[in-house]
Amino acid sequence: MTTPMVLAEGVHKSFGRLDVLKGIDLQVARGEVMCLLGPSGSGKSTFLRCINHLEKVTAGRLSVDGQLVGYRQKGERLYELKERETAQARADIGMVFQRFNLFPHMTALGNVMEAPMRVRGQRRDQADAWARTLLARVGLDDKASAYPAQLSGGQQQRVAIARALAMEPKLMLFDEPTSALDPELVGEVLEVMRALADDGMTMVVVTHEMGFARDVADRVVFMDAGVVVETGPPAQVIDDPQHPRTRAFLNRVS
Amino acid sequence: MTSPEPAPSGPPAGQPLVAVPVRHYGRWVSGALVLAALTWLVLAFARADIDYGTTGEFFTAENVIRGAGRTLLVSVLAQAIGIALGVLFAVMRLSRNPVTSSVAWAYIWLFRGTPVLVQLLIWYNLALVFPTIAGQPTSDLMTPFLAALLGLGINEGAYMAEIVRAGIGSVDEGQTEAAQALGMTRAQTLRRVVLPQAMRVIIPPTGNEFINMLKTSSLAYTIQYGELLLSAVAVYTNNLQVIELLFTVSLWYLVLTSVFSIGQYYLERRFSRGAARQPEQTPIGRLVSNLRGRPRL
Repeated sequence: MTTPMVLAEGVHKSFGRLDVLKGIDLQVARGEVMCLLGPSGSGKSTFLRCINHLEKVTAGRLSVDGQLVGYRQKGERLYELKERETAQARADIGMVFQRFNLFPHMTALGNVMEAPMRVRGQRRDQADAWARTLLARVGLDDKASAYPAQLSGGQQQRVAIARALAMEPKLMLFDEPTSALDPELVGEVLEVMRALADDGMTMVVVTHEMGFARDVADRVVFMDAGVVVETGPPAQVIDDPQHPRTRAFLNRVS
Repeated sequence: MTSPEPAPSGPPAGQPLVAVPVRHYGRWVSGALVLAALTWLVLAFARADIDYGTTGEFFTAENVIRGAGRTLLVSVLAQAIGIALGVLFAVMRLSRNPVTSSVAWAYIWLFRGTPVLVQLLIWYNLALVFPTIAGQPTSDLMTPFLAALLGLGINEGAYMAEIVRAGIGSVDEGQTEAAQALGMTRAQTLRRVVLPQAMRVIIPPTGNEFINMLKTSSLAYTIQYGELLLSAVAVYTNNLQVIELLFTVSLWYLVLTSVFSIGQYYLERRFSRGAARQPEQTPIGRLVSNLRGRPRL
């Protein structure tokens, strides 16, 4: 058996007294596309952020590609990794945010070139050529010299996807990538994500786009109040939900 | 029910309706009063016993120009020290290490809480408590220039630390997260992502700080540093034309502060890259395109 890309065992996360995740057990296989659904506040974004250690897990084990996230195990104890080690681990995991979070003082090209140059130590001309390839892949080769403020939301999010891909990640995390977009711009971003899934990228996607989840996801996970309520192929979870909470949620959103 | 008012009759056919703006008589009255007061003031100074020829003559006197040069030198260097210390202490203040952040807090508290004139005098008189530093007599080491530089620079650092801290705080947290998600370290994130964006918030007050520094450096005259004010004092203790020479240095300060205000404008423009869709035209650029008759955007 190959190691799963993401393996969560009893993952807990609390902010002070507030328990956001109450024991998540999940596996994401290589090349799998998993969509996380659920009402806001259900903990799906928090779980996603735990995967690249933007949030520290309070209890339980979470590993990516066989490596514990943010910790090293020695005997019975977990030791938190040094900053540089955490950064190295994050470099292999791409993340796309709801609010894009492009660097506004850099052009689209600069945004994509930044991490390959600073983190991977690529030369400028290499990084430049690589970034142009990726911008072409998301259909924005003509916007290389535009600043984020000059781009539409959909274009910004596509640049953000190219920026994450520039690190050649083995896993991509999407945190509600289309929630901040005008309705007519959602399609172009989903299209890029769909192409990525077709290329075999392992993806964990927090989304409210039922159509995308139904068409692209290999597996759908429904979360509520910090626990996984139901999981299975989209045809089952979305079209024939077994749990009343899943049914109630799907009735509200569709 | 009231009957509707009859529609006002229009102008004779073929003539446009004329719109008359509100007349602001009050503005004419207040304008005239202010002009009258100003005229009185100008006349008073024109008739006063001031030899404006002397003011002009000493504007280009060698030792006054040298004084202006020293004012500029100590201001630029002290501001540079202030900025370096400001960035350092702002980052320390935001550190998660309680010792580091407390030290930064104490530095800001101490140097912002005491007058800069007092600080200058303390630096200058340091020999009284530390007769030697590293084997050298302190009085040789602590020249008026060094005392002025340290006093002004370290004091400025405390103000700059607060400015830089506000700038860093103004950058959206999502920027840090995006940089970290890409595998950048905290130092890389700060240098490449956070500080460049903080600059837009930091630069305008820093420009003000520098313009203040140009003027505050005149306090160094009390510790015998030969800057602009001291050069004037040296002249008027001989020729007794006190006001004339003070006007000369005032003119010099105005020249210096004006030049740097223009520089600040262009600096702000450069660091607002990416903030606006269309960069605003510079006044000179606007002049050029107006002269060429191009339409303004």
